[in-house]
Amino acid sequence: MGSNSLYGPVDPAPDAGYTDAPPRMGFFTDTSVCIGCKACEVACKTWNAVPDDGFNLLGQSYDNTGGLSADSWRHVAFIEQPSRGSQAFLGLPTGPSSAPAANVVASQQVVPTGTEPGIPPAVDALAAAATAGTEFVGAGPKFHGAGTGFHGAGPEFLGMPGTDLPGRTDPAPRSDFRWLMMSNVCKHCTHAGCLDVCPTGALFRTEFGTVVVQDDICNGCGYCISGCPYGVIDRREGDGRAWKCTLCYDRLGDGLEPACAKACPTESIQFGELDELRERARARVEKLHAEGVASAQLYGESEDDGVGGDGAFFLLLDEPEVYGLPPDPIVPTRDLPHMWKRAGWAALTMAAAAVVAFAGRRP
Amino acid sequence: MAEAHPVGFQWVVEAKNRGAKVIHVDPRFTRTSALAHTYLPVRAGADIAFLGGVVNYILSNEKDFREYVLAYTNASMLVSEDFLDTEDLDGLFSGYNPETNTYDQSSWMYAGQEHEGQSHGESHADRETASAQQHESHGPPVPADVPRDPTLKDPRCVYQILKRHYSRYTPEVVERLCGVPQAKFLEVCEAWTANSGRERTTALVYSVGWTQHSVGVQYIRTGAIIQLLLGNMGRPGGGVMALRGHASIQGSTDIPTLFNLLPGYLPMPHYKTHETFRQWVDDIRHPGQKGFWANAESYAVSLMKAYFGDAATAENDWGYGWMPRLTGDHGTYQQVLDMIDGKIKGYFLLGQNPAVGSAHGRAQRLGMANLDWLVVRDLYMIESATFWKNGPEIATGEMSPEECKTEVFFMPAASHAEKEGTFTQTQRMLQWREKAVDPPGDARSELWFFYHLGRIIRERLAGSTRTRDQALLNLTWDYGSGDEPDGEAVLKEINGYDLTTGKLLSTFNEMKPDGSTSGGCWIYTGVFADGVNQANRRKPGREQNYVAPEWGWAWPANRRTLYNRASADPEGNPWSERKKYVWWDADKGEWVGEDVPDFEKKKPPSYRPPEGASGVEAISGDDAFIMQGDGKGWLYVPGGLIDGPMPTHYEPAESMVRNPLYGQQANPTRKVYDRSDNPTNPSPPERHSEVFPYVFSTSRLTEHHTAGGMSRQLAYLSELQPEMFVEVSPELAAERGLEHTGWAHIVTARAAIEAKVLITDRLVPLRIEGRTVHQLWMPYHWGGEGLVTGDSANDLIGITLDPNVLIQESKVGTCDIRPGRRPTGHDLLRYVQDYRERAGLVPGHHTPIVTVEEPDDDGQ
Repeated sequence: MGSNSLYGPVDPAPDAGYTDAPPRMGFFTDTSVCIGCKACEVACKTWNAVPDDGFNLLGQSYDNTGGLSADSWRHVAFIEQPSRGSQAFLGLPTGPSSAPAANVVASQQVVPTGTEPGIPPAVDALAAAATAGTEFVGAGPKFHGAGTGFHGAGPEFLGMPGTDLPGRTDPAPRSDFRWLMMSNVCKHCTHAGCLDVCPTGALFRTEFGTVVVQDDICNGCGYCISGCPYGVIDRREGDGRAWKCTLCYDRLGDGLEPACAKACPTESIQFGELDELRERARARVEKLHAEGVASAQLYGESEDDGVGGDGAFFLLLDEPEVYGLPPDPIVPTRDLPHMWKRAGWAALTMAAAAVVAFAGRRP
Repeated sequence: MAEAHPVGFQWVVEAKNRGAKVIHVDPRFTRTSALAHTYLPVRAGADIAFLGGVVNYILSNEKDFREYVLAYTNASMLVSEDFLDTEDLDGLFSGYNPETNTYDQSSWMYAGQEHEGQSHGESHADRETASAQQHESHGPPVPADVPRDPTLKDPRCVYQILKRHYSRYTPEVVERLCGVPQAKFLEVCEAWTANSGRERTTALVYSVGWTQHSVGVQYIRTGAIIQLLLGNMGRPGGGVMALRGHASIQGSTDIPTLFNLLPGYLPMPHYKTHETFRQWVDDIRHPGQKGFWANAESYAVSLMKAYFGDAATAENDWGYGWMPRLTGDHGTYQQVLDMIDGKIKGYFLLGQNPAVGSAHGRAQRLGMANLDWLVVRDLYMIESATFWKNGPEIATGEMSPEECKTEVFFMPAASHAEKEGTFTQTQRMLQWREKAVDPPGDARSELWFFYHLGRIIRERLAGSTRTRDQALLNLTWDYGSGDEPDGEAVLKEINGYDLTTGKLLSTFNEMKPDGSTSGGCWIYTGVFADGVNQANRRKPGREQNYVAPEWGWAWPANRRTLYNRASADPEGNPWSERKKYVWWDADKGEWVGEDVPDFEKKKPPSYRPPEGASGVEAISGDDAFIMQGDGKGWLYVPGGLIDGPMPTHYEPAESMVRNPLYGQQANPTRKVYDRSDNPTNPSPPERHSEVFPYVFSTSRLTEHHTAGGMSRQLAYLSELQPEMFVEVSPELAAERGLEHTGWAHIVTARAAIEAKVLITDRLVPLRIEGRTVHQLWMPYHWGGEGLVTGDSANDLIGITLDPNVLIQESKVGTCDIRPGRRPTGHDLLRYVQDYRERAGLVPGHHTPIVTVEEPDDDGQ
């Protein structure tokens, strides 16, 4: 195992030992053209026979899935937020925005997905609440429970420190608005924490550079769950095994594109050779910047990030936190060589000490 | 569009990526707004004011495409001196009769043609039979020789009349009426006009919610006026595109499931006006007038030959006597009321779920509960099949399973993937569909069901000599030898045959009035041209020109853009290189281009009809709108519409706003069923409108389909939108004390329903006439059956119809909303009754059609 295999840029399939591996395949999810139709969620479940995750109204805009889980391998996040420049409601008799407060209510919804650990309590909602108006943080009373009709959903109720909610605080009339949508999925990391810690070999690197769980080998130990820096992989209750996106490994083998990309009507989900997708994505960001969408940014595209780049990366229209994504994901196994080295030295030292001690008994 | 037509929306995204500007106007911020460049919130039910404002902007700034307007529209035609506008008569056009609530349309006609106008009686009969629907394939009749003023200066010319009519629809008025800030409104006007003309065209796309208003036809008319003024009709990238609510809705009017039409927009015979075959045919073709409709007799005879085969002869008027006759309004809402009144005994429901999907759900269910029998064909046990044991009226005690006498026959139906056939989509394109899998169990196709139903009935009636049985016994009924009828055999019958040779026809021009041809729908003739199923063509777009004429087949004659003669100037040259589409090739002496020219191929632009010509011969070389009686696109409609020649802003039947433009509050010709079981919330100047102080609208979610029969039964869709909800603005939530994800109930004079609350920035209050108006929105997908259940939004809606096409006003109404769940059981009835009493909807109350100013409480 080369030192590169746990960190930094690498082509994962050859690195995993494939000779003549096909080009690395992946997803480029362009959220700037996502219309939130959720066809990806349905197509994924239909093709992969993933069970439903319960009929729960989450109150988090149009997101009633809540997040990625063992039973949701694609998840469309919906973020309603003020946004400077849109002026959608300029000149109307409006009051303050309800978005932060709605997100707080949504964050308190229990999401019984039938999976373990399932969806962390509304990570996305809280993240969205916290960033709903980073540009707007300012003075003034933050949130009027009675004034906005969110009875009982005040900050005290949340138990958060202070009396102010993070996010937009201006009680001024809301005049600007945008609705972000983003189809999230397993990132198929270059350095996949889940794979690195899997003790049974159930998780493996495919010839396409993707990461797949073999359900007939997985023993449900759950190490992979703590190994994933994105909180993607998850276990199904009753079955106990870990499940996640396979990037439709079975379809790829037959020369078909993954079900979600096939179903996406607006080509928000693009499937293809990763190198080509990265080029396309950079061009797209440039185009959006030229059109004045300054906030457009790529996420997971860089090989120099904490996971060596994602096989499934994104074009976002705001900071990753807004979408509930970790801003700086790092594969937990990054430090393994270092740790092993340390552990090795420690073991050697102990061994040496033991030898010395042992030797010391026989003067 | 992204909400209800996500697959079609890919082309909007594509256009946006190529630089198109996308503007979205909607009462609420939707998934479409999320991707639009500009979003405009607007008050539901005020669209004519908005679009009328655009017309005013175009005319007062002279932004119209003048050469196009002069050549191809009726702008220069002179209107009768007797015509008086709503601007003169405070909201009524000349000729109004308050007894029948209809117009004598004589004064609306072109100058010198007053005698051609419809009388009150004819207008009344037309409203009863929604006769305007015939005009889907052609305009109503008018003589061709109309006096004109090409300078457009004559005060009686259409251009000047239009200009005067809309002169009050200023940006200020648009702001006051629609709630749209003037700057944003002007941004739309500027974008629309700047992107129209020789070099550019703009498309207007609407979804069929636009039709669901008491002035629905006039909404679309206003859009058409703008597109005509800007030269956006008959040209590539232009047009008015209706997004249908369901697969093959276009097909269901072409080969109609409507009571008043026969295939190809031939009118269903009326017992009084169409006593004989000759009367019927002459009423369609109008002898002596110009246009293709003059050949109607060929289409009519061919239809009868398709129906009755050899039994249709010249001697028996092609079996005309066997045809059913209209006696009045047999529209879906009249039928429901007739069921309640015990006049209708049996009913077929095919893929329709009126207990959830039609306006006034309670009336729908009570009507069905008063039948002798009901046949329901659907994929699942839908609410319309189980209302007698699980409907909301069981809980209120209005109905009990023991006493409901309706015998319900449930027939499992095959889904679209389980049967072959065609869909006709909104561009009039037929696309053939293969069967993917066999239907499960006893599920069968509609074709199978009706074929065998007909076969069995005919066997039972065999040998009958009763007159009433002869129509059935003489039908041609032969569609292959297998258990499942052959779908292509049906499509061939629709296409039609030359009966002397047995060959399939290639165009409707081959149809004859002598009984030597057949054809089940003349506009579809050609779908089997050369004996090939043209609807089954799937040549990829990259292998043909951008119009892609070899993908599927479009009526008429595989033409993709109607009236495309207008894509060339009067001399036949393209308006511009960029917008080149169909043009006159002088060397070849014919019309050529990317599409099938919508004009006689060899008729030069310079052709002028000889004196006294009629029919096709009378169409001039620059009459681009060939199916219109005068060959022109109509900015002003001299005849054929019941509610007026020009769209006029009327408030919805239920509004809390007094019409600021006219004394007349709502459409004075709207179809009203004034019955105690169909009360209408009061609107100003009636008193008590404050009892229902909010505007509501309903529509669909991407995740569900119509009444839920195809989505609430599927876990993968149900989990995405699991509960009935209502969207409110933070401001309305504060006013009514509503909590996010808590319960609320919504009340109208018809019902109270409950829903979870979503408080969202996507809804905003508007300032209308100086006061704040709150709008709320609900999806209408839920009912009592399925994996996810909930109250039905359509229970809230009453029955008031557009007079032209008898479509219900279900996209706007007034309501109250309160926190918490609604009462249950008998208490629910009392609760709604209490609202009715407070609103003055007591016995003896009648909703005024013609607005009457009521005295205040103190008699002022």
